[in-house]
Amino acid sequence: MEMPVPRDFVLARRAEVIERLRAVLPADAVVSDETELVAYECDALTAYRCPPLAAVLPRSTAEVAAALRVCHDLRVPVVPRGSGTSLAGGALPTADSVIIGTARLTDVLEVDYDDRLIRVQTGRTNLSVTGEVEADGFFYAPDPSSQLACAIAGNIGMNSGGAHCLKYGVTTNNLLGVTMVLMDGTVVELGGGEMDAQGLDLLGVVCGSEGQLGVVTEATLRILPKPEGARPVLMGFDSNEVAGACVADIIEAGVLPVAIEFMDRPIIRITEDFAQAGYPDCEALLIVEVEGSEDEIEEQLATIEAIARRHDPVELRRAASADESAAIWLGRKSAFGATGRVADYICLDGTIPVSELPRVLKGIRDLSEKYDLKVGNVFHAGDGNMHPLIMYDANGDGQLEKVEAMGAEILKLCVDVGGCLTGEHGVGVEKRDLMSHQFAPADMEAMMRVKDVFDPAWLLNPAKVFPLATSEARR
Amino acid sequence: MLRPESEDALAEIVRGANGLLAVRGGATRHVPGAGEPLTTAGIAGIERYEPGALTLVAKAGTPVAEIETALAGKGQRLAFEPMDHRRLLGTDGAPTIGGAVAMNVSGPRRVVAGACRDFLLGCRFVDGEGTVVVNGGRVMKNVTGYDLTRLMAGARGSLGVLTEVGFKVLPAPQASATLTLPVADAGAAVAAMSAALTSPFEVTGAAWDGTSVLLRQEGLPGSVDYRVGALSAHLAAHGAVAVERDPEAVAATWAEVRDVAAFHGGDDEVWRVHVRPSRAAEVVAAMPGRAVMDWGGGLVWLAVPPGTEVRGALPAGYATLVRGQGAALHPTAPEVATLEAGLRARFDPKGLFAA
Repeated sequence: MEMPVPRDFVLARRAEVIERLRAVLPADAVVSDETELVAYECDALTAYRCPPLAAVLPRSTAEVAAALRVCHDLRVPVVPRGSGTSLAGGALPTADSVIIGTARLTDVLEVDYDDRLIRVQTGRTNLSVTGEVEADGFFYAPDPSSQLACAIAGNIGMNSGGAHCLKYGVTTNNLLGVTMVLMDGTVVELGGGEMDAQGLDLLGVVCGSEGQLGVVTEATLRILPKPEGARPVLMGFDSNEVAGACVADIIEAGVLPVAIEFMDRPIIRITEDFAQAGYPDCEALLIVEVEGSEDEIEEQLATIEAIARRHDPVELRRAASADESAAIWLGRKSAFGATGRVADYICLDGTIPVSELPRVLKGIRDLSEKYDLKVGNVFHAGDGNMHPLIMYDANGDGQLEKVEAMGAEILKLCVDVGGCLTGEHGVGVEKRDLMSHQFAPADMEAMMRVKDVFDPAWLLNPAKVFPLATSEARR
Repeated sequence: MLRPESEDALAEIVRGANGLLAVRGGATRHVPGAGEPLTTAGIAGIERYEPGALTLVAKAGTPVAEIETALAGKGQRLAFEPMDHRRLLGTDGAPTIGGAVAMNVSGPRRVVAGACRDFLLGCRFVDGEGTVVVNGGRVMKNVTGYDLTRLMAGARGSLGVLTEVGFKVLPAPQASATLTLPVADAGAAVAAMSAALTSPFEVTGAAWDGTSVLLRQEGLPGSVDYRVGALSAHLAAHGAVAVERDPEAVAATWAEVRDVAAFHGGDDEVWRVHVRPSRAAEVVAAMPGRAVMDWGGGLVWLAVPPGTEVRGALPAGYATLVRGQGAALHPTAPEVATLEAGLRARFDPKGLFAA
């Protein structure tokens, strides 16, 4: 992975940078020990590593602003970091950068059920936001797979999704406001408790900007009353095409499930070996979940099962109890872990129009043969967000390059059928160089103008999102 | 009136322009300002509609009515329920989908389903230098690059002229119902609406017309039956509930809420105040004139005598002037205004689109 050459004048002044940070922050908020800095050398895209110059762990917006003023003054690049769970290298440091981590920004600032919102510091984990309001019957809807660990800061940076966004939307649809610090230390409030922020929708462009426009320190999030109940039905089919057609028919029938998850044969076998969830041995499996009272669940599932039967399922099993629901979800939720047990893998995130599902699955199969690499597919079928897992041996010579080449071909296929490179993980460094396959120069120029306004010196989260050649003149 | 028939022709006009352009779709949602009139009505037509994928892409000048008809043919709809401003503002012409996006226009369902901007999947626009920019796409989840699509939504054309928009659409419900509770006091109305919106019974509309709280249920027939009963019981302490199940009557009631029928006609200034629901009753109490509420109190519509000081008197929230003379937009905080001005300068360096 090509990264920008570190700024010599920054590396040469490392001691001064650290001293200036120490002067404005509590003693324990600045990490400069080289052993401790190893913890920040990568995120969940572990193939790429680079320790930062230093790391800062502030406890307040004011401390973030103080740190940013120092870095701005000394022209030191800054990499914002949530919990470091990015699969795209969104928090990969450069050698001349200071990490600003949100690990200590974990306070709940306000809970208001009448206004259906919670305000938190952004280092708080996704799941612990729901944890704060759950006992009172509420939840925070976006549910990325990493929700136990991932921070709201990273969710906002990447506009994270999850399994249930077919009904509830992604982060941008559940974010009411942020407190954000610009690179020069200016504190900005965008949105708040109102529905629809006033003025230009800056909140909309900040969400998903991968930490390149500012460091988000506080967030106002929409919370929702929990449904009375939820139940999945599992259906197996003997071809991907039939499963894909069934998904389209369910959607067209006017029922809107909260989730439609898809798993193909390689993933079904791997997860079944691991989790023994009782999945049928078939080509394609769907998990469709609906919500409501007992009667409402019955009404929706009856409609969905009638549609499924028209597609000759090899298995059609409705959860009859909470245990059976858990068993149906168990396999899906352990799919990534189970795959990690049998091989190294990279997880892609391209999104396609749902109608192109059969064609793209066939294309992936062809590429799997061409590259002689095994691929499993487990994804959110209702919204076309694919997650092909390409399995390989990380210790094999040239394997990583081969996997990346195949991954790039799959993502280009997603773009070519009318989709995009990434549905919920973000571009990061991982897909940076593929951006020009999806966007014309003018499209990226328009995005870069936004960064020019928020971060004129281009110091925030360097080398992410845009191909290096495209952003070179500005850096 | 300039009326380009294609995106290319529009881009050509913008490249050659040196003075203000007064851009509009059907000019039903605002009175266009100074400058050479330009309409996008000639750049029209549904480009792609895939019911099985819940996606629709249309050129910006496409009439909203044409889109709603196409969707209804497949049992689907625009879930954000765009308001029709014509009777409130006394305008005529055909509201366009580009205009709805440019103004981020949503209706009663916004309180649970989300706003116009929440259903946008992508857009194309011509910036102030006449360059065509494409952002987003036609898939449901897309975090590839910065989200300029949402930035364009509600920008009132100040960053560029929209030429195409893509939406997530949703199934239209098979059944619906309106629950009505007589509540004359604004504070009691907000309390009743909050009780409904914090229940698990998925209310899809919560409004107050000054005398009654109106709540809407939509879904499969059995589900609506169940929720009407459960919600009525849940709200027993807030008043006696009357239930309307006739689909046409339900649709008519919510079209009136959506289009603010209470304020049609007359000379009053009409303002929309976005406020946290818990502060809505204070806003109603602080203002002269009439008030109605939508979005569970999150949106307060005010009709006040011309010249009334509204922004200065607001105890909370922000106010947009919808009908009357004066600045439409509430001023933003200085550091936010600096960012907004920076964006306008870069997307519209010639200052063609002063909104």
